Amino acid sequence: MIYNLPFLTVVALIAIGMYAIIFKRNLIKIAVGITILESGVNLFLITLGYREGGVAPIFTNLPPGISPDQIPEKMVLPVPQALTLTSIVIGVAVLALILSFTINIYRKYGTLDAGKIRRLKE
Amino acid sequence: MLIKTVGGYWDPIVWIVAFIVIAIIAYIIRAFGKGEYKGGEQTKPFLSGVEEPSKEKVHVRASNIYWGFIEALKGYYDYMKRMHSGVVNDYVAWFVGVAAIMFVVMFAAVII
Amino acid sequence: MNVMEHLPALIIAIPLLAAFLTPLVDKISKKVRNAVVFIALAATFILTIFLVQDVFENGIMIYVMGASNPTQTIPMQAAVPIRIVLEIDGLSAFMALISVLIALIGLIYSFSHVEERGGKFYTLFLLMLVGMLGMELTGDLFNLFVFLEIASIASAALITYEFKRGSTTEAALKYIVISSIAALFVLFAIGLLYGEYDLLNMAAIAKAIKITGLSNIDMIALILFFAAFAMKAGAAPMHMWMPDAYGEAPGAVSMVLIAVTQASLYALLRMCFTIYADSLHVVIPAAIIIFGLISIFIGVTMALIQDDIKRLIAYAAVAEVGYILLAIGVGLYGVLNNEVELYARKALQGGIFHIFNDILDIGLLFLVAGGIIYITKERNLNKLGGLAHSMKYTSILFLIGLAAVAGLPPMNGFASKIMIYESVYKVSPILSIVAILASIIMLAIFVKIFHSVFTGPKISEQKDVPKLMLASMIILAALIIFFGLFPDIIINNVVNPAVNALIENAAYISNVMG
Repeated sequence: MIYNLPFLTVVALIAIGMYAIIFKRNLIKIAVGITILESGVNLFLITLGYREGGVAPIFTNLPPGISPDQIPEKMVLPVPQALTLTSIVIGVAVLALILSFTINIYRKYGTLDAGKIRRLKE
Repeated sequence: MLIKTVGGYWDPIVWIVAFIVIAIIAYIIRAFGKGEYKGGEQTKPFLSGVEEPSKEKVHVRASNIYWGFIEALKGYYDYMKRMHSGVVNDYVAWFVGVAAIMFVVMFAAVII
Repeated sequence: MNVMEHLPALIIAIPLLAAFLTPLVDKISKKVRNAVVFIALAATFILTIFLVQDVFENGIMIYVMGASNPTQTIPMQAAVPIRIVLEIDGLSAFMALISVLIALIGLIYSFSHVEERGGKFYTLFLLMLVGMLGMELTGDLFNLFVFLEIASIASAALITYEFKRGSTTEAALKYIVISSIAALFVLFAIGLLYGEYDLLNMAAIAKAIKITGLSNIDMIALILFFAAFAMKAGAAPMHMWMPDAYGEAPGAVSMVLIAVTQASLYALLRMCFTIYADSLHVVIPAAIIIFGLISIFIGVTMALIQDDIKRLIAYAAVAEVGYILLAIGVGLYGVLNNEVELYARKALQGGIFHIFNDILDIGLLFLVAGGIIYITKERNLNKLGGLAHSMKYTSILFLIGLAAVAGLPPMNGFASKIMIYESVYKVSPILSIVAILASIIMLAIFVKIFHSVFTGPKISEQKDVPKLMLASMIILAALIIFFGLFPDIIINNVVNPAVNALIENAAYISNVMG
């Protein structure tokens, strides 16, 4: 049960992120919701790679007591860690873009309410 | 240079040749008419004796061209205008709604 | 270095290098920058033509990134591919050809209306092209996600290029929020597939799904992929970002944005036909057909009440995506029921030919609209009028675009639409009836633009559009008329290999897995 806790956290984070995006009207809160959603997906990717009793996947820095032929079972998977790093960087870029758009909208419209910045309707 | 469709074929070169032949036939038939008739009071539009206004005043603007069609489908268009509200949260809500409906349909179809 | 061997990597690398050189070259002079960007795009176009020829003669082309031998996918001690593999089959080559062609025409058009901050415009333009090409040439799932994000970030920044009007930034904000949520769900689904199979390569996952069948986690991943890519491709009822984004983008960017959405449609095709192939339940083609019908109907009827010229054409683009989805859904239904030769092959041919025609036709209409806005500085249809007196060439080109989009013979729109109508009729006559009626209304909406913009009493005296804009529009019109008169050239040489690559996925798997 304790090993399912990260997955439950992932579900909770994604649910909180989607709630913020769908029901909150302030543009900054929508940006925060996107960040929480992205954190949830990154946590999911990291948690996929965990192996019970595993160590960090660095070949030249093994802790004592592990021989080289025990390596694949005793290390956590390194590939999801690479995927997560890429995703975090992409998330930073998207967040910077959304916030700069929000600044320009505030200058032109005078408000941050998503219900009022709807000059483009129908 | 034809392409084959399920029911037959479509050849644009044959269509163009047929179009030109029919246009020539139509022109020949038109040439049988009187050439020197110039017009006069009989060819102007009749508006119960009133003068025909200038073209600038009767030109129908863009929003009013299909007024009859839009007026007949008023209920449908009111619903559509409410659906396309322009609010970002509604766009994401439609995505989540469609994904949820597809989940339910897919799992129901596999179980049954 | 053998250029033919390294073609896929060069096609992605050359625009990427030019994109990051452009701000530096911009400091020298504008003409040098224009020349550098044009040479980079022309070189990419020539390389893409070589790639298309190579794929159609020799079959699927494989390129392994970072290996000493570019065609050795599985290394010595391993049993699965461990590097990023670019795999190009008939459909990828077709989509790459369209993307580069449209970007080249858009580039020629944009030389005449980009005046300020030009270095940043061309950097983002080339990055958008890199994102599109990367999505279409790759054979690896996570690579698809990264290029999807590159394309959507570059497009969002380009949509708000004229930020003095507030509505462009509003459209770009809606676009980036929607894109980022779709991409995050795609990443979640990639994580699910990785957790189950420990593989990221598309061909390897296809083989694993074929061996072990469709489990519950695979179905969840399929639904997430499907919903996210359908939203990015503009399927109703998730289409509402499309009129905002297309309507507010500057001139040529609207046309290249169509190619970006078609790249998401390509990713949807990859999911359904190649990775999941025969394990799909029949619910998926039924869902695609229903999305197609709703898109056609909503796109066409909402376009009738618009007043802004670019939003109207954007709603017509939503309807065209509906036609493509309808044809693809019918094709997938036929492939799953093993009735390929009856109607599925013709439906897929019509759908993929319609992707090509749709980009050309709607692209020409967007270019004409951009030219009108550039000359008259007016976007509202109620205030325009009588432009045919002064802009003669533009009105003739608009007439050609109108005939092509509405499906009037002998243009290329009719050729692809008749293939779709006749093959869709075999599944159910109602689908064909809705498609034909929507085509009539599509003629009506473009006659509305023609009546209010070009005919009528003259309001003011205007000159015609600049020469470069006319040149790009004439190239598009010439392509439309040429492919309308000789549709079999493109169907036999370009569309047929793409359809063959979709119908049988065994070649895709065996080229990578050996």
